[in-house]
Amino acid sequence: MDGQILLACRDVSLGYEHKPLLEHLDFTVWSGDYVAVLGENGSGKSTLLKSLLGLTPPLAGTVYRNAQKKGELGYLPQQTPAQRDFPATVEEVVLSGFLNRKGWHFAYTGKERSEALMHLGKLGILELRGKCYRELSGGQQQRVLLARALCAAKELLILDEPVTGLDPAATQDLYKTLRYLNGREGVAILMVTHDVDAALREAKHILHIGQKRWFYGTAEEYLRDESGRRFDAARRIGGVL
Amino acid sequence: MSLLLSMFAYPFIVRAFVVGALVSLCAALLGVPLVLKRYSMIGDGLSHVSFGALAVAVACGFAPLWFSLPVVMLAAFLLLRIAESARVSADAAIAVLSASALAVGVIVTSLTTGMTTDVDSYMFGSILAMSRSDVTLSVTLAACVLALFVAFYHQLFAVTFDESFSRATGVPVGMYKTLLSLLTALTVVLGMRMMGAMLISSLVIFPALSAMRLFKRFRSVVIFAGALAVVCFCLGLAGSYLLSTPVGATVVVCDLAAFLLCAALGRR
Repeated sequence: MDGQILLACRDVSLGYEHKPLLEHLDFTVWSGDYVAVLGENGSGKSTLLKSLLGLTPPLAGTVYRNAQKKGELGYLPQQTPAQRDFPATVEEVVLSGFLNRKGWHFAYTGKERSEALMHLGKLGILELRGKCYRELSGGQQQRVLLARALCAAKELLILDEPVTGLDPAATQDLYKTLRYLNGREGVAILMVTHDVDAALREAKHILHIGQKRWFYGTAEEYLRDESGRRFDAARRIGGVL
Repeated sequence: MSLLLSMFAYPFIVRAFVVGALVSLCAALLGVPLVLKRYSMIGDGLSHVSFGALAVAVACGFAPLWFSLPVVMLAAFLLLRIAESARVSADAAIAVLSASALAVGVIVTSLTTGMTTDVDSYMFGSILAMSRSDVTLSVTLAACVLALFVAFYHQLFAVTFDESFSRATGVPVGMYKTLLSLLTALTVVLGMRMMGAMLISSLVIFPALSAMRLFKRFRSVVIFAGALAVVCFCLGLAGSYLLSTPVGATVVVCDLAAFLLCAALGRR
């Protein structure tokens, strides 16, 4: 694959206080990539995410955060309950994405304001810009946060369980939006998710982490791999029940 | 009216007016992020720590203000660390700290001076408590809080709205949270001797809640909360002068009335 390396793990071990959950992790996110991170609860997904964002250092190995160093990393965290009734307009929330641009931020520039409006338009929520964040539906709130992430960066988006709490229609909408951003705008996406079906359908690469082993490859390779087969089978049984 | 103006003939009321208005303003501004981040009770916890520290200071003959300031700031810093560690939830940590500090304060007082009017005025406030150094300190505090909100408004918004996003995009979240809690500690120590340990937390919570009923913009919420707090304090001070009621309780009743009014207006 050509293009730039946005994010890379080289021989990384993750875990808490010398108890590794995961060892010798090795993968690369290229520009324009779409990676879904799968794994059971407690497998170390959130620890991995923290290391990818540079919030906690890995136990061993190196995480190359090229996109973040350029200020080209946008992040969509899980929503907290406190946010759902927050008194702020959509515009205020989206503009706060620009704070990662280094320097004095006394007021947002006209250029930043028009860029924010452009991202709102791209996500189809321009008419919501003067609305109060707490009055929006879950799907609309998620789009607002996505617009904020785009203000922060246009090369790599890291999403933490973006469809949790969304209804099926809003979930499909969000995947469509991500497909558009990835396909048309060339935004690389790394998404942590529990939605295996969507991951296999939408993502170019799957990173599965769990119980001391990990897998990285395309969706087809994943289904042939042992951990993929097991996860897929468990999901089907779960689905039947 | 002339009766109201005559109250400014007393120097202690002028001092109380200046300190009270500035402390109300600071508490209301700091209260917006604190309430939104679910740290509403931090003011209550810190005021009890402040009570304990004052009791110890009086018993040992230290200067009350200069002893309780560092103690309460340390408590604020500790509370923040505990809340972040996620092993103990923030509300439990505050409850534990405030009850312990209150208990220590009560024991120290009963062993030394006994439960005197001094203790009563710490618990429920006294208009006589404000000295010249309180005035200087409250002007400095208000300048610091206003400077923080004017210069770092956008950062404060980002940290309040979404800590993890701010952290990931390189905003020094820890620094802003420490600043907020230290300034809250200062506000509480300054205000509690007038408002009372039991009542000071209302200055932090009420204006933010009232403003949130009426406004949808974060900027409007912050500005309205500050303005409302000052107005309520003035009304409370005047009311307490006219009716000879304790100033702290009167201010709280004014804040409550304002909140009910805002809640009714916000429903329409």
